[in-house]
Amino acid sequence: MTTTTATAAAARAAVKPKLSIREKYAILTRDLGWETTYQPMDRVFPHDKFEGIVIHDWDGWEDPFRLTMDAYWKFQSEKERKLYAIIDAFQQNNGQLNVSDARYVNALKLFLTGVSPLEYAAHRGFAMTGRSLRGVGARVACQMQSIDELRHCQTQIHTISHYNKFFNGFSDWRHLHDRLWYLSVPKSYFEDAMTAGPFEFITAISFSFEYVLTNLLFMPFMSGAAYNGDMATVTFGFSAQSDESRHMTLGLEVVKFMLEQDPANLPIIQKWIDKWFWRGYRLLTLVAMMMDYMCPKRVMSWKEAWEIYFEQNGGALFTDLARYGIRMPKYHEQAAKEKDHLSHIAWSIFYNFNHAAAIHTWVPEPNEMDWLAQKYPDSFDEHYRPRFDYWKQQQEAGKRWTNPGLPMLCQICQIPMAFTEPDDPTQICYREAEHNGDHYHFCSDGCRDIFVDEPEKYVQAWLPVHQIFQGNCGGATLPEVLDWYHLNPEDRGDYADSPDRANWQRWTGHE
Amino acid sequence: MSNAPVFIALQATEDMRAVIDAIVEDNPHATVHRYPAMVKIDAPGRLSIHRASVEERIGRAWDLQELQLGLISLAGNIDETEDAFVLAWH
Amino acid sequence: MQIDIRTDSSVSPIRQTFAHIARRLGADKPATRYQEAMFDLQPVTSFHYRPLWQPQYELYDARRTRVVMQDWYALKDPRQYFYGAYVNARARQQDAMEKNFEFVEKRGLLGALPADVRDVLITGVVPLRHLEWAANMNNAAITAYGFGSAITQAAMFHTMDRLGIAQYLTRLGLVIGDKEAVEQAKTAWMEDMTWQPLRHASEDLLVRDDWFELHVAQNLVLDGLVYPLVYQQFDRYRSATNPAFSLVTDFMAVWYAESTRWVDATVKTAAQESPENAAVIAGFAFEWLDRFTHALRPLSLRLFGSDGEAELASAVDALNKRLSGLGLTRQSESGDHHE
Repeated sequence: MTTTTATAAAARAAVKPKLSIREKYAILTRDLGWETTYQPMDRVFPHDKFEGIVIHDWDGWEDPFRLTMDAYWKFQSEKERKLYAIIDAFQQNNGQLNVSDARYVNALKLFLTGVSPLEYAAHRGFAMTGRSLRGVGARVACQMQSIDELRHCQTQIHTISHYNKFFNGFSDWRHLHDRLWYLSVPKSYFEDAMTAGPFEFITAISFSFEYVLTNLLFMPFMSGAAYNGDMATVTFGFSAQSDESRHMTLGLEVVKFMLEQDPANLPIIQKWIDKWFWRGYRLLTLVAMMMDYMCPKRVMSWKEAWEIYFEQNGGALFTDLARYGIRMPKYHEQAAKEKDHLSHIAWSIFYNFNHAAAIHTWVPEPNEMDWLAQKYPDSFDEHYRPRFDYWKQQQEAGKRWTNPGLPMLCQICQIPMAFTEPDDPTQICYREAEHNGDHYHFCSDGCRDIFVDEPEKYVQAWLPVHQIFQGNCGGATLPEVLDWYHLNPEDRGDYADSPDRANWQRWTGHE
Repeated sequence: MSNAPVFIALQATEDMRAVIDAIVEDNPHATVHRYPAMVKIDAPGRLSIHRASVEERIGRAWDLQELQLGLISLAGNIDETEDAFVLAWH
Repeated sequence: MQIDIRTDSSVSPIRQTFAHIARRLGADKPATRYQEAMFDLQPVTSFHYRPLWQPQYELYDARRTRVVMQDWYALKDPRQYFYGAYVNARARQQDAMEKNFEFVEKRGLLGALPADVRDVLITGVVPLRHLEWAANMNNAAITAYGFGSAITQAAMFHTMDRLGIAQYLTRLGLVIGDKEAVEQAKTAWMEDMTWQPLRHASEDLLVRDDWFELHVAQNLVLDGLVYPLVYQQFDRYRSATNPAFSLVTDFMAVWYAESTRWVDATVKTAAQESPENAAVIAGFAFEWLDRFTHALRPLSLRLFGSDGEAELASAVDALNKRLSGLGLTRQSESGDHHE
């Protein structure tokens, strides 16, 4: 080495500025991409302009978290090894016998059939945005979320696999998710997001779901699991949640980024925030019911969860976003009014139709009704206790009634039309709209608005009840339809008469 | 600066114990709620986690990214440097 | 909470696995973690809405490729990767790489190279970080638009691996010459004649619609030339004088051998399904083989000097044998019609 080179090398070493975290991460991610010249960029990225979102400079993207792949592998492996050690212990020690009582297991059935398939959908949806968004930083964040969601789907399957060996209602989860009436609620929700463009998808899922509403899905389920002795679910839940915090930061970043890029984006984003708040809120009906009715040891009421996680936290978030011109989502006041009613209405639907559901139902015990009365002082004793008392009487008199008809479903959220008017809990809420000579029906103004904005999309919906009437679900009789659903007798009906309960008594000696 | 609530929720594991203790000491305005398997720390306006505080307690070098191993949920805008992780509303 | 260890054998399972897995296995028997985490994750029916961005297809649609399978779950991953197995494998490998980088950096093994070696690494190897990024994009497309969770989940892992490798190549540049070296590498990728035919071919591949074509062209053909050329053949040249290159690219060499198992298994199974598939896949393979052979010539001359032609021919020869082993043969001129 010559003297000049040695001096130069020494000089370089002396003044070598250390790259900041931000700069280093940029070199390791967004700098990998380039402006194509042999093919036009619009051909390489054909899907990211049609929604009308204007991005002037993708370099304005702030990476929401700065995980390089080597760090990702390292941290995720550590989490995975801990998780599977617990799953293994759970299996070896028959941990399923430690839950508070076997009614709780129905919450997990709802989870595997309703939520785990959404993890898979999210995996594919984020793979799509992980290819179609023009910004490299955004694609890297989406791809990390995509693989995280695959993780969630697979760890849930592996954890719940052990429950499947001992309880009914889990076994044909994939088949059920694509066909069963109440499961079209989550299925259509996610397919709606995935069939939208990449910016709408990421607003719907990363922001509206993973940031605004996520705590309302995960905290209840995972705390519910913890309170009810389900160690395995607690573990995968909290392990998954550490990924969720990365997802949340992506959600917040993407909305701020779009808003900062061009004022033209504001009305589009507000419209999506309104739409996806309402669709997400309706999806959470199933969670409200789970929290208030299906966890023998209750964590908090749906009403309390809504107040903490939406009214307070969501309120703080939207106050923060006000500087961009964003306001609270439309109909949030209706959700606030509905918090006294949502879970009770939902449980009643399932109680009525439990001959066609893959979860068991029951009338709440007296102490449970007292808890409900205490948590819902303005609604439970007046509107809902009387019906449970009546159903209990009927059951004891051998006159347990299930609804032999099929319910009308809302065209958008696909939930049976049992929600009541925001200001009158004694009246079912009916809304309708016409399109190309046909009548469409909705459970609320929120769902109706969504339809009226994009009727061509929502007329396509595969509504389970319509499909049964059209003869696409195995036949014209209930037994044929149940058979087509793969709903076995042991999966359905009241908990009291179920093989789940008989097995539980045999295994634990408990009720 | 807003006083709207921010929070961080961490798994109640051995790994996170030092982190929780550091947060509590560095953020006197925060309140701690303990649930099965989880600790939720709420604060008006702002919450900060300092690498040095955690390192002091565990006796080894600690990377803020190790937070990944125990984080459950959070609320607030994040600002992350090599030395601190801050949650705040503007 | 307490875990009661029960020895009462009356607590026995009422079934062994999920119904759809039992249908696949032919009976209700215990399934592996790979099986439970792979089979039938992707929906195939009762879709609610057509994609706004591709209304001619359903959300998940087997018609997005010309390859036709009776059962897309025949394309299993011989490595049996599900998420947990995958990150655990990669965590061990990244740990080894950290130690390698530390070893090299501490001793300055790449910090004070002779000018010609420094130059060939910065402008002849580090620009591969961009080729890896294109590989990431192609595999993201397979993950997004492919059919059946068997192949798409393996493609997900492959997608993230390409990002990881691109990052290791970037670190190689930083270790040799900081940010300036990486900038120089990018300029080479964008402007040097060594790289233009390859960048051109790579951009042409990015806009192909058929995701199985991406799999064949990228994961089988392009990688099947570049990896042996750079991480085996060029590596041999370098390691004769300095072990540093081998150390900081060891991940790539090991990864390639492992990935080959997946790529070969999926391509071979798909080709064996029908003569029509074999013809389509061979069409993909040989069109891109010819294109990439031509495109790699300047890079090979850059890396190996006058040995460049021979080294490239050797890699091409090996790939031809590999394609033959997968049941792929060149179609005649008239039969090889392809858009």
